[in-house]
Amino acid sequence: MARFLLVRVLNGIVVLWLVSMAVFALFFVAPSNVARTIAGRQATPETIAAINERLGLDQPVWKQYLDFVGNLLHGDLGYDYYYQLSVTQIIREALPITLSLAVGAAIIWMVLGVFNGVISAVFPRTLADRGLTVFALFFFSMPTFLLALVLLYFLYFKLTVNGHAWFPAGGYVPLSDGLWPWVNHLLLPWLALALVSAAAYTRLTRASMLDVLGEDYIRTARAKGLPESRVVVRHGLRSALTPVITQFGIDLGQLIGGVVVTETVFSLPGLGKTSIDAIRQQDLPVIIGIVLFAAAAVVVANIVVDIMYAVLDPRVRIH
Amino acid sequence: MALLEVKDLSVSFATDDGVVRAVREMSFELDRGKTLGIVGESGSGKSVCTQTITGLTRGAEVHGEAWFDGIELIGAPSRVLRTIRGVRIGMIFQDPLSSLHPAYKVGWQITELIHAHDTLISRRRARARAAELLGLVGIPRAADRLDDYPHQFSGGMRQRVMIAMAMALNPDLLIADEPTTALDVTVQAQVLTVMRRLQEEFGTAIVLITHDLGVVAEMADDVVVMYAGKIMEKASRRDIFYRYHNPYTEGLFKSLPGQLPTRARLQSIAGSPPSLINLPTGCPFRPRCPYAFDRCVEDPPLVQVYSGLQHSACWLPRDLQERERARVTRLAEEEPA
Repeated sequence: MARFLLVRVLNGIVVLWLVSMAVFALFFVAPSNVARTIAGRQATPETIAAINERLGLDQPVWKQYLDFVGNLLHGDLGYDYYYQLSVTQIIREALPITLSLAVGAAIIWMVLGVFNGVISAVFPRTLADRGLTVFALFFFSMPTFLLALVLLYFLYFKLTVNGHAWFPAGGYVPLSDGLWPWVNHLLLPWLALALVSAAAYTRLTRASMLDVLGEDYIRTARAKGLPESRVVVRHGLRSALTPVITQFGIDLGQLIGGVVVTETVFSLPGLGKTSIDAIRQQDLPVIIGIVLFAAAAVVVANIVVDIMYAVLDPRVRIH
Repeated sequence: MALLEVKDLSVSFATDDGVVRAVREMSFELDRGKTLGIVGESGSGKSVCTQTITGLTRGAEVHGEAWFDGIELIGAPSRVLRTIRGVRIGMIFQDPLSSLHPAYKVGWQITELIHAHDTLISRRRARARAAELLGLVGIPRAADRLDDYPHQFSGGMRQRVMIAMAMALNPDLLIADEPTTALDVTVQAQVLTVMRRLQEEFGTAIVLITHDLGVVAEMADDVVVMYAGKIMEKASRRDIFYRYHNPYTEGLFKSLPGQLPTRARLQSIAGSPPSLINLPTGCPFRPRCPYAFDRCVEDPPLVQVYSGLQHSACWLPRDLQERERARVTRLAEEEPA
């Protein structure tokens, strides 16, 4: 176990290192005009040179990279080019928003997806199964941004125009301001994000559950005279959830690094929106900080998934 | 009254390719404490029959009756079947590894069965009972092994766990569906011994499904031979072995090693079993039967041959020599063509 963790963490560090180099390389392949953007149209070449020097952009790329890595080893991700804010601080402020969005949506899609998937699998080829399949395919084939706009149009615009301002158009209210305002602001983004995934999880759960229900040990459970509900949940779902939870861990890990589309549509200043803004402004320290954080989230999620796998299935040993 | 009485049981499944007639007009009886062997090759309807009786086949069309100790099982509501499955009818299956849940400890799986039918029993007593059961089927250090997972047991030990679980509530009937097929030969004998010992101790009746005539010889009081969903012959063990009547039964015995001189080629039954969707007209064994003659296009009923229980579904005369003559005549007729 300790050996497994050590190997995986070292692997993860190598991944992060490669990611950081790739981001650096990409940034410098494109012509940079950060200093000009900051200095404004009328700036003299001297001003621009001064800004470049202050930001360290006059240094050779390899030097800049080494400085970055050196700071990183001290836990310092640097400062943003425009306001000299600490990148760590930027991430720390954006993270709760992304976390609220991702975790809330994850709970919704997991509950919806697993429930629908089990119903579909237990009553295969019935009206319920076909109905849920159509429902799932409908949302599965819908891009998130479109679904988000549709939700906004009907549940924000139409309702508000008719005098029912139940949902805000966007923005974020922290949980410390009260549970309801927090939920109220996040409900539409949660739905936009969750419905698409719920569809995928319905299909995944259904397939996995159908497999498991054909297993010999399900027959044994029935032969023991157990109630069918117990056969399905304790014996069937217990095994069928393993691939679902694996997928769940990977998906959640990806979301924690930023939910670009949903955050942008609902103007939630989470990691996704922050990174989009940073890319638009060529704000390298912020880009690289968020990318590294997102990559780390994926790496950690994968390690957790592998450990979960061994926890869920006693036949799996971690080496 | 017999403990289990099956009358004219037919089971068919609707599939995309057509209706699969898995079991046709099957009838048999089993008394308390006795063992009935059901023999036949794969797909002959052996397992479908017993799984239908216990309500484990899904999406099948079922006709006929199955009386268990005065209770009609066919069409019984699942509420009733649940009070019988696991309590009064225990079941074990072919592959003990896939039949035990891989994610639960064996002790948990056994106590789950006990708790499901006895809601008042304490955890500790259920666990003690589970340990006792594992000891009963001959698992060493039984109490310690309750917390092991199925994959930590060997094949034979796993089947013992299954037997322990099936016998947990002292059922009247144990249905053993090819219990030794997936096991090594040496382990097979041990498992059969355990089953027989428990049967003697508790007076359990056993339905033993197998394709192994050796297992039948060892265990069964009566034998039912099935082919393509039909009973071809049923008789006491002695009669089946010493004066079988049906040509299919004969084919089964002739394909056993040791029936012919050493180094002789093993005989097999020519051809392959019919599709259960497109059954041949008349006797299902007709296309493969060396004795087939004109009358075989009519489906032969199961009629009494010789004395006692022995029934056979075949148009051939009872007398073996007559049968042989019939065969020779047929061969002679075919020769010129």
